[in-house]
Amino acid sequence: MIDEKTLADHNLTREEYDLIVNLIGREPNLTELGIFSVMWSEHCGYKSSRVYLKKFPTRGKYLIQGPGENAGVMDIGDGLAVVFKIESHNHPSYIEPYQGAATGVGGILRDIFTMGARPVAVLDSLRFGPIDEPGNRSIMDGVVSGISGYGNSFGVPTVGGEVYFHECYAQNPLVNVCCVGLAQKDRLFFARASGVGNAVIYVGARTGRDGIHGATMASAEFGEETEHKRPNVQVGDPFKEKLLLEACLEAMARNLIVGIQDMGAAGLTCSTTEMAAKAGTGMEINLDLVPQREAGMNPYEIMLSESQERMLIVTEPDKVQELQKIFNKWDLEAAVIGRVTDDGRLRAYFHGQQVIDIPVKAVVDLCPAYRRPARTPAFQKKVTRLRPPEMPSDLNQVFLQLLASPNIADKEWVFRQYDHMVQVNTMVLPGADAAVLRLKGLKKGLAMTLDGNSLYTFLNPRKGGQIAVAEACRNLACVGATPIGVTNCLNFGNPEKPEIMWQFKQAVEGIAEACRRFEIPVTGGNVSFYNETEGKAVYPTPVLGIIGLVEDTALVPAAGFRGAGEVIILLGENTEELGGSEYLRLVFSEEKGQPPALNFDREKRVQDCCRQAIKSGLVRTAHDLSEGGLAVALAECSFQGPRRIGFEVKLNDRIRTDALLFGESQSRILLTARKENVRKILALARKMKVRARVIGRTGGGNMIIWHRRKKVIDQPADLGYRAWKNSIPDYFKIKKS
Amino acid sequence: MKFGVVVFPGSNCDYDTFHVLQNVMGQETVFLWHKEHNLQGVDCVVLPGGFSYGDYLRSGAIARFSPIMREVKKFADSGGLVLGICNGFQILLEAGLLPGAMLRNKNLKFLCQQVYIRIENNRTAFSNAGRRGQVLKIPIAHFDGNYYAPPELLSDLEKNRQIVFRYCDQNGKLSQEANVNGSVNNIAGLINRQGNVLGMMPHPERASEKILGSEDGKIIFRSMIDYLEKKKGSGKKKAVRAFRPAVSPLPPLIGTF
Repeated sequence: MIDEKTLADHNLTREEYDLIVNLIGREPNLTELGIFSVMWSEHCGYKSSRVYLKKFPTRGKYLIQGPGENAGVMDIGDGLAVVFKIESHNHPSYIEPYQGAATGVGGILRDIFTMGARPVAVLDSLRFGPIDEPGNRSIMDGVVSGISGYGNSFGVPTVGGEVYFHECYAQNPLVNVCCVGLAQKDRLFFARASGVGNAVIYVGARTGRDGIHGATMASAEFGEETEHKRPNVQVGDPFKEKLLLEACLEAMARNLIVGIQDMGAAGLTCSTTEMAAKAGTGMEINLDLVPQREAGMNPYEIMLSESQERMLIVTEPDKVQELQKIFNKWDLEAAVIGRVTDDGRLRAYFHGQQVIDIPVKAVVDLCPAYRRPARTPAFQKKVTRLRPPEMPSDLNQVFLQLLASPNIADKEWVFRQYDHMVQVNTMVLPGADAAVLRLKGLKKGLAMTLDGNSLYTFLNPRKGGQIAVAEACRNLACVGATPIGVTNCLNFGNPEKPEIMWQFKQAVEGIAEACRRFEIPVTGGNVSFYNETEGKAVYPTPVLGIIGLVEDTALVPAAGFRGAGEVIILLGENTEELGGSEYLRLVFSEEKGQPPALNFDREKRVQDCCRQAIKSGLVRTAHDLSEGGLAVALAECSFQGPRRIGFEVKLNDRIRTDALLFGESQSRILLTARKENVRKILALARKMKVRARVIGRTGGGNMIIWHRRKKVIDQPADLGYRAWKNSIPDYFKIKKS
Repeated sequence: MKFGVVVFPGSNCDYDTFHVLQNVMGQETVFLWHKEHNLQGVDCVVLPGGFSYGDYLRSGAIARFSPIMREVKKFADSGGLVLGICNGFQILLEAGLLPGAMLRNKNLKFLCQQVYIRIENNRTAFSNAGRRGQVLKIPIAHFDGNYYAPPELLSDLEKNRQIVFRYCDQNGKLSQEANVNGSVNNIAGLINRQGNVLGMMPHPERASEKILGSEDGKIIFRSMIDYLEKKKGSGKKKAVRAFRPAVSPLPPLIGTF
């Protein structure tokens, strides 16, 4: 008999329980309850988000596979497909930063190679509490080491991403990992248990007691007892994962696999029920045959374990032997644990007794979906009102302060711990707007970026969502790439609170609209709710991962200035907007105002113009304007070249100087070009109805900006560089007392 | 010339190295599976970067016991050319083919970045295509690259000119700042007494194509090819030069079963 406490432990409501009884026609036993509990958890069942996620556009020119599989798939021509997806591992990374982040990488890698693709790049979006707190630094250190430890050993380059710091992440760090894989288009694999009588094979690591109920844990708020949840976090083994990758890809190449699914969240439960449900079949498994790491595990533990580095494979009986040979070659264990049946049920046996008998459709497809109440938060009106503060007298000081802000400062301390060059494809290294991979033997390349600004989303979730998409696309435009597909990770608080639900709904609608306007389909992603500790939620944080196609990798411009004497051109318009800026936050501790305005048509024209100029071979450097505005973008160009190159820029806009320098108006891109090409770029911009103007030149040792004949910034590039470069490493220096 | 790239199960620069040797340098190249006992008649063995058997123990500590390493040792003992890159260098140390040991990087972090190395000795099979004092830009990517040798050994290495590459700055100056992993005497690459086995932490295969930002790594491969061609005699530049199969963005199947 299932009592209230058991239900509460499983995060199920009485209504949900009644529905389960109704669906299976009797009371479930504890194992069956456990199965429903994980599959109907927020993490696996998307019960609060599903009704809204339907708003995303899911069709597009390059699309092969949209939402509903392990990852999205786009056609990039030449018989190749790109497979990509993003996942969060927020809760585990707070409890145990190293393993939490490491297994986050491991999980998303499996999602990609399950589909027949070789992972070729990882990007991660990380958010921590303020870096000046030792506790936050320790989480950051653990997370970065975890990503590094797993990805480097596995052999996938970590090519980019973002790192932000804010008070709201102090007890809820966000770790979102996006993986991109490359496959032959005609060799994609899906999670389907087709073919009645086919063998069900378990491969990889043995099943242990680790990670039981990880998915359920990720579907609840944290309280004071978080420490006790450490055993819920799994432990990763990247070497085993590498073996699994090679063995699976080899089995696929030799045509030995009918269907395949990784065991991620909800382990054996999820893989068995989903594969059967998708194929319209059933499955019968013998739990005694599941390779186990420790003695005395019961069916509940075996079914719900989230031990890492495991896969479930369905194949024809006559191919089992050859499959086993391949796994032996890679020193992996493979065991036949059951077979595909035709009755739509999952049946499991343990010590000769039937311990599970449930309809797979009920588990997978009939998870209730909730349209939870949504209400505008009371603070919303207050935060959007902004009375612009008085302009500081020393803007040079502000400029240096911004460059040293951990949100803007150089992130090399992080990414040099990642092997970002393995596989010898990385053309544009981390730190630029978007990463670019060449494809060996082809002229074209792949570009990818992750982006999100949670302060904008906090002030205006809808507009924040739109800007996240627009800026990610702008990042791609800066390397000459055309965006082709989107994945997203939506990190929010507790959806049972109407204010959180409102933020979620608004943000999703904003993202959906922007994706429609940019004509890029959403191919999947991940929703992470319950990012709350002791009642305090993170800022709404949607992170957008967008993939782009570069036609000719030889034309990709640099992110930094390439030499002195080049002409600096600004695409787009400067307007007086300070709301939501890093400048306001840092200098005035104000998180207020409306985020910058976004006009889709103008944004698209600016991006098209940038891409066109790059394609015509006219552009030497391209960089988009974001946090910190124009002055910071110019400084970043100055720092990211082969050596420091100063600049002198003259501006005449009739707006406040601080808004001109540090405001974050959208739809702006900086270009540099050789003198002889400037007229061509300006003519192109005119033709495409984009405002473009020459604002200055590169060269000299100083960074100089004039505004209406007044020199408002004049700083040695070396000084700025040191502020930008040393900010993060200095926090990690061992203080000698 | 025929090159063999050893594949341990956790090697992850195997295809990178294969790609550069075959597609960039135009050499016949084969994979050598770690469970094999046959070197397939190669002229040179390359131990690539990666995490051989996971390297949860000391890097390379298990790899030295693998079947293929028995053959590599025999090959080296009879004068065959062996290049160990990164994990390959670590394995050569563990296998006793090169002296000394690796410690964790001095900052106790994994480091992936471009570094500069200076050619200290260009009269070797691995550096003859470069000039003495020439500065090469080649990236590193390792956790255990902090080379250590006790003082007596170190002075032997110096005396016998076995130090082939040292970490330096862009202008070729040696400094502690340029010595990012903390190696003793800035050692980045080391050769054995006989001059046929070289280990280096930087990855020349990551610096062999213009599109990736440097071609300096080709100097090492070029040196080896020139050396082997001269050794084989009569400078008959064979047709192997024309050996250029189609380049695929995805690697082929590796190893036998």
